[in-house]
Amino acid sequence: MTGTREFAIVGTLSDLPSSASGPRHLVWWGNIGFMVIEGTGFVLAAAAYLYLMTQASAWPPKGDPLPGLLWSGIFTAGLLLSEIPNLWVLRCARAKNLAGVRWGTAAMAVIALALFVPRGFEFAHLGLPWHQDAYGSVVWLLLVLHTVHVVTDWGDTVVLGAWLFTHEVGDDQFADVEDNSNYWTFVVLCWLPVYLLIYWAPRAL
Amino acid sequence: MKPDPSLLEQLDRTWRDPPGLWGFLTTVDHKRIAARYIVTALLLMFLAGMLALDMRWQLSVPENTRMTPQLFNESFSLHGSTMLFLVSVPLMEAMAFWLVPLMLGARNMAFPRLGAFSFWLYFGGVLTLWVAHAIDITPDLGWFEYPPLSGPAYSPGHRADIWAQMITFTEVAALAASVNVAATILKMRPPGMTLARMPVFLWAMLIASIMTMFSMPAVMLVTSMLIADRLVSTQFFSVAAGGDAVLFQHLFWFFGHPEVYIIFVPATGFVSSIVETFSRRVLYGHSVLVLAILSIGALAFGLWVHHMFAVGLPRLGNDFYTAASMAIAVPAGLQIFCWLATIGTGRTWFPTPMLWILGFVATFVIGGLSGVMTASAALDLQLTDTYFIVAHLHYVLIGGAIFPLFGAFCYWYPKATGRLMSERWGKVAFVLIVGGFNLGFFPMHLLGLEGMPRRVYTYPAHMGWDMLNQIATAGSAIAVTGGLVFAANALCSYWRGKPSGADPWGGSTLEWATASPPPAYNIPFTPRVDSLTPMWNGGAPLPALDGIAIDTREVLVSSVTDAQPLYRQKSAGPSIWPLVAALAVSAMFIASIFTPWAIPIGALPIGAALTGWFWPNRPRAKIGALEAAP
Repeated sequence: MTGTREFAIVGTLSDLPSSASGPRHLVWWGNIGFMVIEGTGFVLAAAAYLYLMTQASAWPPKGDPLPGLLWSGIFTAGLLLSEIPNLWVLRCARAKNLAGVRWGTAAMAVIALALFVPRGFEFAHLGLPWHQDAYGSVVWLLLVLHTVHVVTDWGDTVVLGAWLFTHEVGDDQFADVEDNSNYWTFVVLCWLPVYLLIYWAPRAL
Repeated sequence: MKPDPSLLEQLDRTWRDPPGLWGFLTTVDHKRIAARYIVTALLLMFLAGMLALDMRWQLSVPENTRMTPQLFNESFSLHGSTMLFLVSVPLMEAMAFWLVPLMLGARNMAFPRLGAFSFWLYFGGVLTLWVAHAIDITPDLGWFEYPPLSGPAYSPGHRADIWAQMITFTEVAALAASVNVAATILKMRPPGMTLARMPVFLWAMLIASIMTMFSMPAVMLVTSMLIADRLVSTQFFSVAAGGDAVLFQHLFWFFGHPEVYIIFVPATGFVSSIVETFSRRVLYGHSVLVLAILSIGALAFGLWVHHMFAVGLPRLGNDFYTAASMAIAVPAGLQIFCWLATIGTGRTWFPTPMLWILGFVATFVIGGLSGVMTASAALDLQLTDTYFIVAHLHYVLIGGAIFPLFGAFCYWYPKATGRLMSERWGKVAFVLIVGGFNLGFFPMHLLGLEGMPRRVYTYPAHMGWDMLNQIATAGSAIAVTGGLVFAANALCSYWRGKPSGADPWGGSTLEWATASPPPAYNIPFTPRVDSLTPMWNGGAPLPALDGIAIDTREVLVSSVTDAQPLYRQKSAGPSIWPLVAALAVSAMFIASIFTPWAIPIGALPIGAALTGWFWPNRPRAKIGALEAAP
């Protein structure tokens, strides 16, 4: 009972491939795990917004301006349009198209960088500072939370893109590009309900 | 067959850490990481226990002057915050870190460096709270620091910030650990270990990890909002500016209640493993146990308001949460009956780990029953903030989680060290701890019913609470003595215990197939699993597969439901970058207590550390715009 157990070799795993893509890949699941965590963060921040909204007699509170629609609209349109090259990069990664993932990832880094311009103006056109009242605080919270995600994925895209050019690209790197594309889609999808909350919930009431 | 010695030597060369301090700092071995998690958390449990004993000393006689009110506030805040955030949850994660790969017959966790990062960040949280305590910036508002008391108006200084930021540390660490544990269980099971053939222990760890992912963002969000209110004058909880203090309570308890089950659910995994092995039969009602854990995991998210009955919420809301809180007793009860049926129908024997299970059942049932009582909003209004709650929460957390943990410690100790703990001293420790605990905490139910509030530093002589408080203090002292016996037994056995061999208990699951202590590579081959209890095959050799690389770090990745082998994945080797990244994150967290600029500026070294972490070790490109020079 106390000796190490003996083994009977009944087969081999040596003929298995050394990488995979999509949900077959281990890292894909790690990526999903972090999306679950961050997605929960967004849901709870949105819940905090709605909670404060239901506690207030007017929303936005009397005297507070409505958040500006121009720059947020430009940002939202740009973000949605960025899904076209992003999905193209995803297809290149699945097809293991080297030139496609290299230049596509570089392009996505530039696009994300460009989106910081309307995002910057968006902050300026919220119309009130974060410390004015709870409405200001929670609007800033949602926008900062989403901006952190854009910045994070932009940083990730820049580093990944650089290595695609400088180092050999194998199956694991195509899987990395796929994960990065999926993450950008997550950043886009998270924005839509947040956008509706920040810009349209106060107008709907 | 026995594995060829040259194969084992090669595996050892591939998987062992560099020697000395560098190996200590760079290791990604899940067993070493888990061991330092466990040792750190046990030391903290000792410190928190000393605080508890000190508080019991203060309360042993009326109008005692051993402690000032401020020192008493600091003591219970440090005790509660340490036990909840730095001991209970990390210990459960550490047990998963240690056991999950062994029980899967895998060589390491899914993301080895993330595991190292998780520990270092947790250690940063430990230092944040306890170094701050050493320099007299101890949090003093309890383990949940409600605004407005914790807001900028009523808590100047940095005590509340230390508490809030300690939480950020430990929650990031816990979230990283949870993703790692969940991915490992879902994607690295050996061939044949379908979801239906997965041991209850692994189910418990998987469900606790998923619960962590859904609940801990709430406390990170709410403590960040609190820090923002204090640092940059946001108005989330400031009623005068449209904020709402109850929002804090909702978000805190949306985390806080699942947290209780994140501590309890892994314990059900320990109990299931121990009961199965010592009953010598497959667990009675395996599917019922798994479904019960799943339903506890789901229901746990629908109960948080029962911590807030006294706030004055709508009646209908209170009724709903009363019903949901009582409903969770059903799956918890089903589990107890399944374990009892297994014990009752098996060829059961009762060495120390099983005694802890008996202690757990008795104590946890009492805690469960007082839980059903406090779930009633009407009764809770009378009992809330009294010693009845102190008794209830210790019965469920100590009885429901720490007793199974002590059982698990005794059960897997031979696997970790290669030596058996003394049975005699194990029994002495068991009697002292369980007896002392019940003597210490049962009178608190009565004190609560008599109206003694929690968190008071003393009480007047004429209240009639003296005798029960003295009994409680005596019980605590006995339990702490038992804890010292337990620790001494573990320490002495480490050097002097009887050699245990690989499988001293005749265990049912795969961790018992390998040597004790397990080698760096865990197991020489990939086992193939044909049943819920793969080790119980009549002593025949274990069916296994070769073909996972031995000269480079590699692990098997399989499909989520059927555990079909999919591909061989490279596994990361030792690296200093997780430590560097944790240092960079720690610097940002600490500095952000003092200035918001710490966040954008601190992000730069974090980005640099993560870039170093993932720096490619593959060759330079040979084609394209930036190919390597010939």
